[in-house]
Amino acid sequence: MAADRYQPHDFYQIDELLTDEQKLVRDSAREWLKKEVSPIIEDYYERAEFPKQIVPGLASIGAFGPYIPEEYGGAGLDQITYGLLMQELERVDSGVRSTASVQSSLVMYPIFKFGSEEQKQKYLPKLASGEMIGCFGLTEPDHGSNPGGMVTNFVDKGDHYLLNGAKMWISNSPFADIAVVWAKDETGRIHGLVVERGMDGFTTPEIHGKWSLRASATGELVFDNVKVPKENLLPGKSGLGAPLACLDSARYGIAWGAIGAALDCYDAAVRYSKERMQFDKPIGSFQLIQKKLAEMLTEITKAQVLTWRLGVLRNEGRATTAQISLAKRNNVDMALSIAREARQIHGGMGITNEYPIMRHMMNLESVITYEGTHDIHLLILGHHITELQAFK
Amino acid sequence: MKYLVCISKVPDTTTKITFSDNDTKFNESGVQFIVNPYDEWYALVRALELKEKFGGSVTIINVGGADCDPILRKALAIGADDAVRINTNDSDAYNVANQISNFAKENAFDVILTGKETINYNGAQVGGMIAAILDYPYVSQASKLEMEGNTATIDRDIQGGTEVISVDAPFVLSAAKGLAEQRIPNMRGIMAARTKPLKVVEPIDSENLTSVISYSLPAEKGQVKLIDPENTDELVNLLHNEAKVI
Repeated sequence: MAADRYQPHDFYQIDELLTDEQKLVRDSAREWLKKEVSPIIEDYYERAEFPKQIVPGLASIGAFGPYIPEEYGGAGLDQITYGLLMQELERVDSGVRSTASVQSSLVMYPIFKFGSEEQKQKYLPKLASGEMIGCFGLTEPDHGSNPGGMVTNFVDKGDHYLLNGAKMWISNSPFADIAVVWAKDETGRIHGLVVERGMDGFTTPEIHGKWSLRASATGELVFDNVKVPKENLLPGKSGLGAPLACLDSARYGIAWGAIGAALDCYDAAVRYSKERMQFDKPIGSFQLIQKKLAEMLTEITKAQVLTWRLGVLRNEGRATTAQISLAKRNNVDMALSIAREARQIHGGMGITNEYPIMRHMMNLESVITYEGTHDIHLLILGHHITELQAFK
Repeated sequence: MKYLVCISKVPDTTTKITFSDNDTKFNESGVQFIVNPYDEWYALVRALELKEKFGGSVTIINVGGADCDPILRKALAIGADDAVRINTNDSDAYNVANQISNFAKENAFDVILTGKETINYNGAQVGGMIAAILDYPYVSQASKLEMEGNTATIDRDIQGGTEVISVDAPFVLSAAKGLAEQRIPNMRGIMAARTKPLKVVEPIDSENLTSVISYSLPAEKGQVKLIDPENTDELVNLLHNEAKVI
């Protein structure tokens, strides 16, 4: 890829709504990513490999559990700072952001919210420092949009639980040290269990052949009579609401992240429009190109305002699942449309890895599907509006 | 060693420059500000490296209003121990140098570092003026700084080579590219910066010796002329008669 010439765009001066510390965290992350990740990301994407060497650096910029309190190794920051970090990560690559989202929202968050004090002490500092990488097992081969139908289960064997089943489409699974796994007990109630790599009967085969999120490792979690110590059950909350609370946190981060991908595509398109000459003029001087750019900036600006407001609500503990659904759905769709338009502006060059556009576009095809599909989020909103559930 | 690093606030390098008040003021609306790169990447980081190697302290100082606090927090996040902001306008180099000198004299620093210039006004005056006011030696445009005890060995890049200078502390130095490698603040540094002292000091009486009459933007770049590589006569003709450079 050519040098990372990205410049941020803040048409409505949203920066004035941010604190100095929020901006410092964001700008430092941006500088680090430009220096350490941008130069290598295309290569790892092509090789379909996660660049593991960036894990300590990701930890150093606060990408792992920034809102976890300092006593557990986090930075004790607010939700807007978390969002800004996800935005900067996804500006570079959705796969890198996915790794950080999973670690923060789907592993550290449930351990912090629902874990025992011993579990928090044991896992959170190592997850924050990147010494340990985690993954989250909810989706199953036959239960994606309907996680409540899961078949993975555990039986109380007196001194331990016996876990059986399989999880699918799990980010980080091939190299994760621990997995937060959601499984049903004998009564059918869903609980979270921390399963550690090395436990007998626990394997994590990698899924190959992805055309999306290639710089992030995705796999399965297979449990074949895995003996899980009883102290590994998350005691704080059970039922489907527990994993769904984690998804609220992750989807909130994705809403911010998608703006990052959109900004990168828009930024590349603006630059290309001024540099690319056709008919003896920069293509940016043509009305059809200007229309595309003006619409992109409009959609990005709307998403920035919407998501900042969602961040304020989340900081106050008031953001609802439906509000988060609206933002995740809107922003990812917006980013995907912008990626496609930016690809058009780049003409043939847009399909090469000289530009980040096509990589963002392919990544976003996953992002629009995972963490609640584009359509499921409509139904969550529909449920909120009508109080009638359409998906059961 | 006690190091004092002078820190300026400058617009981000990609800023679109406009002026206000009849072209006498830089229009700050919507502008992102950064730490002057020569102050941050070279002067501050080299001071931190020397402190980490031999011990001592690194204080950063700025002359300006509360709008400078974010860049001071960033310098603290990179690793400075404490910050001082002298609460006055920074529009005149002599006034800035006078304020910093007064603070430096009262607090006995061994090495005072500035960037070789700010990237907005390119004055390159403050370091030399501080040295003159304090009667310290001044070494400008340093690209390497080593300390041994009280003695510094400093490289200066000069036309076609390098000049190596020895100087005893206390002295003032201005930092050029090469003095150190940029450090990006990490989360631990940002968290630590929250509780590091940022002292606001009221200015001493000092006058401005200069004032700005007006600013103007450079002329727009002209069209590029492409000349066939075989056609050297035309190239020479244009360079001689049009560009008037040969």
